Order: sequence, then structure tokens, then C-alpha cells
Amino acid sequence: MPEQFKSSAEIERAPVIEPGHTFGTVTEKISAIVLTRPASNGWFVGFGICFMATMMLLYALGYLFLKGIGIWGVTIPIGWGFAIVNFVWWIGIGHAGTLISAILLLLRQSWRNSINRFAEAMTLFAVACAGVFPAVHVGRPWLAYWLFPYPNTMGVWPQFRSPLMWDVFAVSTYATISALFWFTGLIPDLATLRDRTDNKWLRIVYGMLSFGWRGSARHWHRYETMYLLLAGLATPLVLSVHTVVSFDFAVGIVPGWHTTIFPPYFVAGAIYSGFAMVLMLAIPIRKIYGLEDFITERHLQNSAKVMLATGLIVAYGYGIEAFMGWYGGDRYDAFTLWNRLHGPYALWYYALLACNIFIPQVLWIRKLRTSPVALFFISGVILVGMWLERFIIVVVSLHRDFLNSSWGMYYPTRWDFMTYFGTIGLFLMLMFLFLRVLPAISIFEMRTLLPEAEVKE
Amino acid sequence: MARRDPIYGIMAEFDSAQALLDAAKKTHEAGYKKIDAYSPFPIEGLAEEIGFHFNEVPLVVLIGGLIGGISGYMMQYWMAAVDYPLNIGGKPYHSWPAFIVITFEMTILFAGISAVFGMLALNGLPMPYHPVFNVPRFSSASKDRFFLIVFSSDKKYDPADTRKFMEGLNPRSLSEVPS
Repeated sequence: MPEQFKSSAEIERAPVIEPGHTFGTVTEKISAIVLTRPASNGWFVGFGICFMATMMLLYALGYLFLKGIGIWGVTIPIGWGFAIVNFVWWIGIGHAGTLISAILLLLRQSWRNSINRFAEAMTLFAVACAGVFPAVHVGRPWLAYWLFPYPNTMGVWPQFRSPLMWDVFAVSTYATISALFWFTGLIPDLATLRDRTDNKWLRIVYGMLSFGWRGSARHWHRYETMYLLLAGLATPLVLSVHTVVSFDFAVGIVPGWHTTIFPPYFVAGAIYSGFAMVLMLAIPIRKIYGLEDFITERHLQNSAKVMLATGLIVAYGYGIEAFMGWYGGDRYDAFTLWNRLHGPYALWYYALLACNIFIPQVLWIRKLRTSPVALFFISGVILVGMWLERFIIVVVSLHRDFLNSSWGMYYPTRWDFMTYFGTIGLFLMLMFLFLRVLPAISIFEMRTLLPEAEVKE
Repeated sequence: MARRDPIYGIMAEFDSAQALLDAAKKTHEAGYKKIDAYSPFPIEGLAEEIGFHFNEVPLVVLIGGLIGGISGYMMQYWMAAVDYPLNIGGKPYHSWPAFIVITFEMTILFAGISAVFGMLALNGLPMPYHPVFNVPRFSSASKDRFFLIVFSSDKKYDPADTRKFMEGLNPRSLSEVPS
């Protein structure tokens, strides 16, 4: 088919959709995962394990509510511990979803169309997991709503000069906009499911959720404008969120935190870990659901390249941090650098360098960039590395600051680990549910990628 | 119009996006103004062909963003400098650089919410029932078929003439939409 050869030549290397698909086959293939394919035993096992992990999370949180955060390893001088490490890690993971759906849309990277839907879902679930931590870390979680400026009988208002308040607004705006972006993207596809299902009740549910979408040209026109504007709004938003998260540290005076490189290096790190999570999810999903036609080698390659690029920005951030520690002339900063390299947590710092800087360099090799198995493991290494980065920033900076009489060590308890692994369970459980009830790939955006979708005036 | 026409419109079905675009253009040029086109994905230029030119969504978003930004800043100013002034390390009560982040976030939040809800409201959604759903073939409008409708409320509409005109567009099928 010459038509299709042309379109794959235009987009260099592997095609975004394997040739031979039509509007009908794309629609059937994606909607069949939700509508006709029975849930496999593997799905039930995976869902079951994640469900149990979620129950463990609820148990850990229940006990926390009962006893207070003393059950965690946090204590002075390390008051932030796992809760903030995990919060920053999860928020960072969420960033890739918005990057894929918004920034790549504005840059007209049409390959994003087959991974944006589940990447957005990933964002939403990651932000939900992230939100758990600061809310329970405040100590009296039932009063967490005090963070918001609402008229109250105490006659007080929040302190807007504090980066922690900025964070409340940034993260809640991010959660809201991500949810809106994800849901509006789903509306036309929910209409497709409404029209495809044989089940009367499902038709009503999908019909209600699709708001009665009928694909009118006027509606599409406004819809596209809305989608583009939302992408334009989400782009600075996603960059601002991790910037504001980095302000939580950078505005403080703790050595190892008080540095201007933090905002860009946090944003790059967020995208780095986010793409790693996208790959860790996409690789098994495309294999199990036979979606190799839609999530092709090209998607894997491109994601690997984004990881390579952002990984180098992160490496630059580490380099500048170390350079400034040495060159800046501040003895506390210099000590922080020394302490990272030779202190009690030095092993973790070297592990961080290995996971985030050295091992990912193998992505320069094209063969590994196109190998799903290799990419899966490298992504896992990066996710571990990014978690270690936040651990180094939070714990290692706090445990030895200005006064050596107030130095200490951090020992996470089993409750810390249960909460952390519990959120991973919650995240994956939501992912499992999402795959079964909603189209994991944006159907209408896939249709626009087909050569038949092109029209001339 | 005293009584409602029993027919909501005449609907033609097409196989491709190009066929729909061409048919929409011809129909509009033939003088039919109350028409609509349905497709499984957005088609560039189709809305213009059926006579839709003014898109209000950007204006709604601009107004939403301005409201969000101004109210976000004023909220902080009023709370931190007027209603509950607190001396924090000798910083001015109206410490505007510290207020920029939340002003920005509120701008994005309000603009984003107005984009989504503005689009839905202007499109008249949610609307779970619509006469076009009565056409059985219309269910493929969300899959791989393209539809064009001339509403019976159009001035030029005439049951026989319009039908004949639409047959001339070479549709795959033609159906009357009961209202």
C-alpha cells in the first residue's frame, strides 16, 4: 500500500501505528479490551495482590490515625522522612503524563496519541498516592483542611509567604487540571463505548459519562480549541508543580537544600522518573493486550531518548550541586558534600549515582533502546534511583546540619515501609481497574493518525 | 412555527472524511444554513464548511483566567495584609513576590475549569437524548462513518426537494430523523 509507505516515511523509522489498520479496526481493537475481552486469571491475580497491598496501606494509615506519626521513623532532626520522600517521588512520576498529553500535543508529536491516555491516568493515580503523604504527615490528618484558606471561627488565615502553602495550591491545581484533562479526553471515547456495547446498563452508564456526545462538527471545533488551550495551560502548570515542590527545600536554609539549581533539576528529574514509570507500565500492557500495533518500537525509542536527555540534565544538577559545595566557600555546604560522599549514607549516594547517571547511559545503544525487556529493567533502575535521590535530599541533608550536637540518624520503621509499598499497591490497583473499564488508548486520537483521516479543502 | 414538524431532519451517511467535507461544502453552498455534520474524530475545516465561524471558547478561558488571577492575588493581599497581618521576620505585609506562585496557580485553575465547563456549556452538553440517536445507523458515527444532516427547521427545507438534493451527494445511505 503506497499510501501507508508514504506516511511511515514521513515519520522517520518505525511507524506510530502498524500499517493495515482502519477506523473500524482501531475502534474495535481498543474497545474490545473493555467490552468483550474476559478478565484473565492473570488480571485477577495481579489485581488481588495490589488490592491486598492497598488493604495494607489502609491498615498502616488506620494505625497511624490511632497512634500518631510516632510510629514512623521521623524524629528530630529528620522530621520529614519517608512521607516527604514518597510524596516528591510520586508527584514526579505524575509529571510524565502531563508532559506527554500537553507538551507533546503542543509540539505536534503525534506519536503521543497512543500513550497519552494511560499516561494521564498514571498521572492522576500517582498524584492521588502523592496526596496521601502530606495529608497524613501533618500529624492530625483530620485537620488537614486547615491548609486551605476558608473562613473560620479562629479568625486566622494561612501563611502565604510559606512555600508549603504554595505547594498546597500547586498540587491541588495540578490534581484538578489533570483530572479535567483526562476526563474530557475520554468523552468521545465513552461515546464510542456507549455505541459499541450490547449491555443495556453499560450503555446507560457510558452514555451518561459521555454527556451524550454525538460528534457534531461544531462540538468538535469547540472541543479541539478547549483541548489545545488546556494543553497550553497544563504546560506551564506541570513545570510549575515540581518547581514549587523544590521551593519547599530551596527556600529553606538547610545546607543541601538552599540552592538555585533545584527547580530545573527537580522538573527534569520528575520527567525522568515519569517516563520510566510510563515504560514500566506500557511494556507489559502492550504485550499482554497485544497492543504492539499501537504502542510500537517508536514509542519505546522516543521514551528512552527522553529519559536519556532528562537523565543528563539530572546529572548536570548533581554536578552543579557538588561544584557549588566545593566552590561556594560555605563550610556547611562543603560539609554536606563531604558527608554525602563519606558519611553514614555514602553507600546510598553511590547507589543513586549508579542508578540515575551511570546505568542509564546504556540507552545510548540503539539495540537496548528498542528492547522491551532491557528498557523495562533500566526503567526500574531509574525509578529506584529517583527514589534514592529524594531520600538523599531529605534525609542526608537533615541528619547533619549546622550544629553537631543535634545530629542524628534516620531509621524507617515497618509502618514507613507498609505505607510506601501500600501506595504502590494502590497505584497499580487503580491501573488494573482503569484497564478494564475505560479505553487505555485514546481511540479518537488514534483515528486521526490514520492516512484516511487526512482531508483537503 | 405552530406545530412541530414530525421530521427532525434528513441525514446522509458517508464513508470517508473527505466525502463528508465535500458534501457539507456543497450543501452549505446550495443555501442550506441549518445543517450539522457528525464524525468519529475532529476534521479540519469541517466546522467552517457548515457555517460555524465564531468560536467563543478562547474568550471564556481568558475571562476565567483573569478572574482566577485577580481573585487569587486579592485573596492573598486581603488575608495577609488587611484581615490578618502577621509580622514574619520583618517582611512587609504586602510581600507581593511571595504571592506570585498562588496567583499563577489560581489563574491556571480558573482558566482550565472555564475551558472545560465553557466548552460543555456552549455545546449544550450534557444532553443524553438527541433525535439523531433515533437513526440506528448513527451508532457508527462514533466508529467509522460520517453523517450530514439538514434540519427541517431550515428555511430552504422541503421534504421532497431536500431529499432529492441529498441523494445527489452520493451518500451511502439516507434516512429521515424522526423528531
